[in-house]
This record gives sequence, structure tokens and C-alpha cells, in this order.
Amino acid sequence: MSLIKYESFVREPLVDGDKTYHQVTEDIVYTIEAKPTRLWYIGFWISVALLLFGVFSLYREVTYGTGQWNLGKTIGWGWDITNFVWWVGIGHAGTLISAILLLFRQGWRTGVNRAAEAMTIFAVICAGQFPIWHMGRVWMAFFVMPYPNSRGPLWPNFNSPLLWDVFAISTYFTVSLLFWYSGLLPDLATVRDRAKTKLRKLLYGIASFGWSGSTKHWQRHESLSLVLAGLSTPLVLSVHTIVSFDFATSVVPGWHTTIFPPYFVAGAVFSGFAMVQTLMLIVRKVMNLQDYITLGHIEAMNKVIVLTGSIVGCAYLTELFIAWYGANQYEYDIFFKYRIAGAYGWSYWLMMTCNVISPQLFWFKKLRRNIGFTFFMSVVVNVGMWFERFVIIVSSLYRDYVPSSWSLYYRPTIYEIGFYLGTFGLFFTCFFLFAKYFPVIAIAEIKSVLKTTGESYKAKMTELENMSVEEFYAKTHHNDHH
Amino acid sequence: MTIKKFVVGSFDDEEVLFPAVKKVRKAGYKIHDVYTPFPIHGLDAAMGLRDTSLHTAGFIYGLTGLTTALSFISWVLTRDWIQNYGGKPHFSLPAWIPIMFELTVLFSAVGMVLTFCYLCQLAPFVKKHHFHPRATDDLFVMVIECTSKTNVQEAEAFLAAAGAQEVNVQLAEAGWWLGRYDMEKKLFDNKTETVTA
Repeated sequence: MSLIKYESFVREPLVDGDKTYHQVTEDIVYTIEAKPTRLWYIGFWISVALLLFGVFSLYREVTYGTGQWNLGKTIGWGWDITNFVWWVGIGHAGTLISAILLLFRQGWRTGVNRAAEAMTIFAVICAGQFPIWHMGRVWMAFFVMPYPNSRGPLWPNFNSPLLWDVFAISTYFTVSLLFWYSGLLPDLATVRDRAKTKLRKLLYGIASFGWSGSTKHWQRHESLSLVLAGLSTPLVLSVHTIVSFDFATSVVPGWHTTIFPPYFVAGAVFSGFAMVQTLMLIVRKVMNLQDYITLGHIEAMNKVIVLTGSIVGCAYLTELFIAWYGANQYEYDIFFKYRIAGAYGWSYWLMMTCNVISPQLFWFKKLRRNIGFTFFMSVVVNVGMWFERFVIIVSSLYRDYVPSSWSLYYRPTIYEIGFYLGTFGLFFTCFFLFAKYFPVIAIAEIKSVLKTTGESYKAKMTELENMSVEEFYAKTHHNDHH
Repeated sequence: MTIKKFVVGSFDDEEVLFPAVKKVRKAGYKIHDVYTPFPIHGLDAAMGLRDTSLHTAGFIYGLTGLTTALSFISWVLTRDWIQNYGGKPHFSLPAWIPIMFELTVLFSAVGMVLTFCYLCQLAPFVKKHHFHPRATDDLFVMVIECTSKTNVQEAEAFLAAAGAQEVNVQLAEAGWWLGRYDMEKKLFDNKTETVTA
């Protein structure tokens, strides 16, 4: 029976150690049932403190207006939209891992998909804050929704990329949440059925919706996951495409380039995978999950990083080439006078170093499998991707067509920085709670690949591979039911 | 809501479960359900379950979303409140594609998940009888429903012979009820009728 699901013995096992199904449950549910560690408390309270600073910064912004930020003529978008695009980009890896890799039948996704999907949801929540609070009069935020109103009714402009964004981000958030939670149901039921305390029985009982593991339910669950993956795949591409339309449909030099959609999507995957690496390297260490998030997983993600980093690099060079070849004076000036040189030249070269040059080191297998280096690079990549958005937004805005509307050097106020730090607080507070109270690895999915890709199975397969024909026949046909 | 009698056999290996399911069906027993900790491919076919049409429902929901977006946007921009956006045509289909696409996906995903929950009777505070607590951990639990003709001892012996590690008989509610997992009692007591073997 097991021979039918043949998995090449050349590939390394996805789950290390000789595990049984029960051992898998124990390993993953253990952290939920144990008391949080000191490290968890420290991390959690630092995050909450950052979150509170963010809340205070927003209080200043709402009470005194957007003047609390250093935005103005001509820099109407600064740190806020930079942060928005950055967080949305990070929010792309989860769906990429869970949906696109599912469709491509990449078995290694099972170790990291749950945490990556959670990360996506939290990152999109953080991203959503920026355009909402940027509105200034945030209590009017519901004006973006097309609802029957007493002003005509006056509808939003459906031809506007900003409204497309409203639909794209909210759809993306909803679908990611549904995908994540429907996958969680069976695992929450596992926690529920092991629960010893009354409170845990109650809460996980409510959260698991009465999941029983019935075969018919699993059949529907499989169908649901597959279709949601199929829907999420074009969705995830559409979201960052639409975010790039915010810039690409404008007539601002440095923004209205046709390369933006693929370039943004590649960048989003790039930064998203870097953030997954940052989180996974911590999670596997702190929660002792090295057998499930193996060096093989880390290497696979580093390969995605070097691929997408190179695509982003190609996009940067293409932009520079077209700025020169296109023979448009304004476009040329933005790129060659105000991006690679000028007041913000430092940010351009920081972006180039972090995003294009340093990820090339991942061509070396030794470095791809080095945990310390991977962690360092995952931070470097996200710094670089933040500066990419900063370069695009600020360096295009601070020099307008008319020199009289050129702006002064833009630097953020403490409340702009505080808002950004606050979203870090929000993100990590959510992630710490998730890591403590939810199964961080998809238990049922690991169990379903355990027999075909586990270490003991691999050893058996290697043994079979090395057998002579007669031995192989004798070994495999003794219990043939067919 | 009916209370029925079930013969429950727990297996610890899916490779033993498969032939057991076939044998049990061949012997004429009525399999109520098989509870497994993870999806086992081909088990639904072995049990004789028909394929789900959830994906068809998803397709219909998607079409609904697409139609909603197209008809609503075109009504707003060409009938209800006509505006001149830079001299462009009122019916500017290419500009509507993003929202049409998003609503297709949104309707399809939300509709499918709600349908899934409805079909599987899943919701907060829904409680069901769980035949074995380790069915969500490492056991594969086959449940045979007893009819008036079933010889319970024979069914138990049959399951044990088919490879079940643990066999027992349970009287249980077959459906779902409103309840909490930390309490035995139901939130609302429904009238129950007992079907005896």
C-alpha cells in the first residue's frame, strides 16, 4: 500500500525523527498546554508596549490631524503609504505558501503554511491601518464603501485604483482568514479532545465548531481547501498588482511604469518569504520544532528568496534602462538625478544593496543552510524592501514638474515613526498569541504526509532502491490485495 | 434527534483500516461513519460515498459575485449617477475588471465556507457525540450502526477480526445538539427517542 505513494528517495525527509501520529500531536500541541516561557512573556510585553505607543501616536494624529505627520506639499504620501505597501507585501507569502505551493504539489509547504497564513492575516491587518488613519477624519472611513446614502446617493468611483484597493485588500483579508480558519478546525478539535482543564475544553470546543473527523467532512474539507487555493492563487497576484496600480495609473514620473505589477508581486513574495524566515527561525527554536521546520524548509525558502530577489533586481535595472531609453526628461531626471543621486540617493543604494546584491549570496548552498546567516539576511531583505517603497514614493514626490513646488527634505515625525512601530507591536502581539494558543504547524497535514516523507519511511525506501529485482519482488508482493 | 446503538472499532493503522472497511461493507453491515485524524485519500470511495459537489456550489457563487459586480457598477456609472471621468466612456469595462474579479473570489470563498459549515453542521456551540477522543489524534474509528437485524456480538467479533485494536458498543445521539464541551448537559434539551436494537 505504502509503495503506491512513491516519493523520490533523493529528496530529504520533511519530518525528521522516527515519529508516530501521536508523537506529532504531542510535539505540536505541547506548547499550547504548557505554561508560556519567560522568553514568550518578554516578547509579548515588548510587543504590547510598542502597540500602546502606536495607539498614542494615533491618538495624536486623530486629535490634532494629519499635521502631526510631516506630510505636505508635495509629499502627500510618505511613511504611511510606504508602510502600507510594505506590510501588504509581507502579507503575500502566507497565501503563496499555502495556495500556490499546494497547487504545485510542493510537500514542504506543510511545515510552514499555518504560521505563514497567520502571518499574512496579521500583516494585512497592519497594512490596512495606514490608508484608514491616513484619511485624517477616520470616522468617515466608511465613505469608501458603496452603500445607499442620503447624498444622492453618491457612489465611490469604481474606475479608481484606490477603490480597487479597498476591494482587493478586504477580499484578500476575508479569503485568507477563511482559508486559515477552515484549515485550523481539525487541529483545534485535536486540542479540544486532549484538553484537561474546563476552560480549555470550553474555548477549544467553541473554536473547533464541533469537528469530528468524519470521512464525509474530510472529503468536503479537501474539496474546500483545493478550491480556496485555486481562488487564492490569482487573488494573491491581483492584490499586489492592484496596489501597484495605485502608482502605475498615475502620471507621476517614476510611478507610471508598466513593469510595476509583476515587479511589485515579485517584491512582495521576496519580502514575505523573508518575514516567514524571521518568524520561523524563532518559532522552531523557541518551541522546539526543529523536526518539523527542517533545514530543508529553510533552504527551500532561501531559494525562493534568491529567485524573487533576482527578479526584483532585473526590474530595477529595467526601470533605469527605460528611464534613459524612453527619452522622457522628467522620467530621466527622477531616476538619474533624484533616485540614484540627490538627497535620497542613500536610500536607493541601501535598497540596491539589501535587495539585489546581498541575496545573491544564497547561490551558495552552505549559506542557504546556515541558520544565523539566513536570519540576518531575512532582516536585511525586509529593510531593503521597506526602502524600495520609500524610494518609489518619496523620491518621485519631492521633485515635482515645476521647481516652485519642489519640497523640502522630508523626514518623519515621532508620531509617524510611532505609528509604524505600533503596527510592529500589533503584528507581534497577534503572532505571540497565535503561537501560544493555536497549533503553529498544521497537525493533520503533517500526519497525512508523515508516512510518505517521514524519515523512517525514507530509510525504508532507500533500502528498497538498493535491492536486486528478485529481492524487491519478494518483498513487495507478499501482501498484494489487488 | 434519535439515540441509536453503535458498534465502534478503533484501528491504529490506515493500512489495516482500508481492507477492514471493504470487509465490513461486504458483510452487509451499515457503516455509520469512519472518523480519522487526517484525510485519507480513497477512503470515501472505499466507503461508497459519492463525490462532493461543493466545488460546483463554489462556481455558482463565483458567477453570482461576478454578475453582482458587473450589474451594480454598470448601473451606478451608466444609469444612476453618470459622471464624466476625464471624458472616458461611461461603460468602461476594463476599469471594472479588478472589482469584478475581487467580488467573484469573495462570493465564491464566503459562499463555499458557509455551505461547507452548513453541510457538515459545523458552528460554535455545536456539539456531537465523539466515539473516541483519540479519533482526532492517532486512531481511525469505524462506527457501525446497529439495525434491528444486527447481531451486536457478531459485529464486535467481526471488527476485532478485521484488525480493530479496541471494540465497544455505544448508545449515542446520532445528530448534533447545542452544547458545550466542558459540560455534559445540553444547552437546550430536545425530545429524544430511543431506537433499540
